[in-house]
Amino acid sequence: MRFSSLIGAGFCLMLSCPVLAQAPSYKNIGGTPTKQEIEAWDISIGPDGKGLPPGHGSAKDGAPIFAAKCAVCHGDQGQGGKIGPRVVGGIADTKTLSTIRPVRTVGGYWPYATTVWDFIRRAMPRDQSGTLTPNEVYALTAWILYKSNIIQEGDVLDAKTLPKVQMPNRNGFVPANFADIPDEKKRGCKQGLCP
Amino acid sequence: MNPKEPARRQFLKSGAALAGLAVAVPAALPAADAPALEKVDELHLYGERSHYVTSLRNGSINNPERRLPNEPVAFGLRTPLQDSVGIITPSSLHFTISHGFEPPDIDPKKHRLLIHGLVDRPLIFTVDEIKRLPFVTRFHFIECHGNSSPRGPGGDARVSVDATPQETHGFTSCSQWTGVPLSLLLKEAGVKKEATWIIAEGADAPKHSKSIPIGKALDDALIAYGQNGEPVRPEQGFPLRFVVPGWQGINNVKWLRRIKLVDEPYMAMMETSRYPSMTLDGKSHWFEFTLGPKSVITRPAGGYRMPGPGFHEVTGLAWSGAGAVKRVEVSTDGGRTWVDATLHEPIARKAHTRFSCPWTWDGNETVLQSRCTDETGTVQPTVAAVAKLWGADIDFLKKSQQVVGDFNAIQPWKVNKDGSVQNAIF
Repeated sequence: MRFSSLIGAGFCLMLSCPVLAQAPSYKNIGGTPTKQEIEAWDISIGPDGKGLPPGHGSAKDGAPIFAAKCAVCHGDQGQGGKIGPRVVGGIADTKTLSTIRPVRTVGGYWPYATTVWDFIRRAMPRDQSGTLTPNEVYALTAWILYKSNIIQEGDVLDAKTLPKVQMPNRNGFVPANFADIPDEKKRGCKQGLCP
Repeated sequence: MNPKEPARRQFLKSGAALAGLAVAVPAALPAADAPALEKVDELHLYGERSHYVTSLRNGSINNPERRLPNEPVAFGLRTPLQDSVGIITPSSLHFTISHGFEPPDIDPKKHRLLIHGLVDRPLIFTVDEIKRLPFVTRFHFIECHGNSSPRGPGGDARVSVDATPQETHGFTSCSQWTGVPLSLLLKEAGVKKEATWIIAEGADAPKHSKSIPIGKALDDALIAYGQNGEPVRPEQGFPLRFVVPGWQGINNVKWLRRIKLVDEPYMAMMETSRYPSMTLDGKSHWFEFTLGPKSVITRPAGGYRMPGPGFHEVTGLAWSGAGAVKRVEVSTDGGRTWVDATLHEPIARKAHTRFSCPWTWDGNETVLQSRCTDETGTVQPTVAAVAKLWGADIDFLKKSQQVVGDFNAIQPWKVNKDGSVQNAIF
């Protein structure tokens, strides 16, 4: 049943389905958000950097911010503490991924540097989420990546350079091609495990 | 929740005393005491279960009094499946996993749902507007992808011989959800042809977000405001919860505030760094969505004590993320023979289904098991078959220090001669 509706959806997309493209059916339900309203809410960041705001920062800028706002939970070197998990790690951690005790650090596991930026901006610091400025988020991202031996201390991250950072485990995820993800049948998914 | 309970009980007691007085000596009551009757009425406005019924969620929670300053509220609370009857989980006993935050306190009058991105007309809805639209009501389970995993949010409790169905399978719950199909709202907004994914986002402190293919969004995904005959509870996403039937729990975004249509997955933290399954070749399998067929006998089961030899109806729950449960077989002799269990109505797609079958225990040691087949013909696997799927052996499942996602192996319960019933997963 779901398969057939997937075909239906695909069909509609190809032919720009009239059902989806038609005018609204329900009068006076739902308003039109202003551009400012959308901008205030839209914090989505794509893996290619879509949505990253202006601003910049380096690990040098990030060190004092991490010490002031993050170290209390994540440890002064990002090694993790009683409250927050380890945020620093690198290529050595990728070697643990084929063991029964894999270490999933930012530098050793996460596929995209943009996710680091997105997560810090939307969720950190705990209980004050959403308070960091774009410059602070760029700087903290840079500090974590520098401490994980992925970028240099002076490298400046911004909307252009951040998506270009190559994460060590970038190719550790399957399927590699985004377009192959939605079709569970084609992927041969069994009981939820998808090759 | 707990701190309020004694006050409420206290109120009940004094109210009951007043009520008794009123009935015993009505003529002697001066007019000034009349409001007491109104108070008595108030006491009956919201019902409570019998105080003889003590079924509770369990799990891990860090005690607020011992919590370090700034320490996250970490809890994973399991549904007491062994006490369940029928298919509905009482909303108060629905499983919940905190991810480090308390549920937000949202005023439904101020809450909005924004739909934007690759659409012809961005739209913003109030909760009242959502409720004015055509709706559907459907039974669906929501299950954590780590439910019943040997190493998962349940920790060591899951593999203990003393585990009850709550410890082994308590991270699944089933509700009757009422809401507006997302496809209806997307039709109102007009989906642009480049849109291939949606990003669903909550209004909780860390703004949980999840990428979902457009095919599922247009299929059976639901913007739910009703759960089991009442508004969705705060722990479950009040006032709006995204219900993504049959898919891993993490997709069912609570406190839904925004849906953005985009042209690729956005690689949120939970989908790329916490939830991918990792096989021993070092590869991580991201975006696993559909939960496979699963079942568990809930009585007699771990923690139960057989009153003695004789008749005992065996009952349990079965479900599948791929659709309806087509068949449940039960073995009461350690897997030598299997009989078809009765499936009780309603048998809904992507919902818990209640099954039962008669059994007379002869007093000897034995093993009880159930095996589910869903509408696609997929059969619930053995532990050995799950290990094979992971390219590993049973030892891997025993020793793995990470969640074995979507673990849906057959659950054996060992019945001992003394009538005790124990978890026999390994």
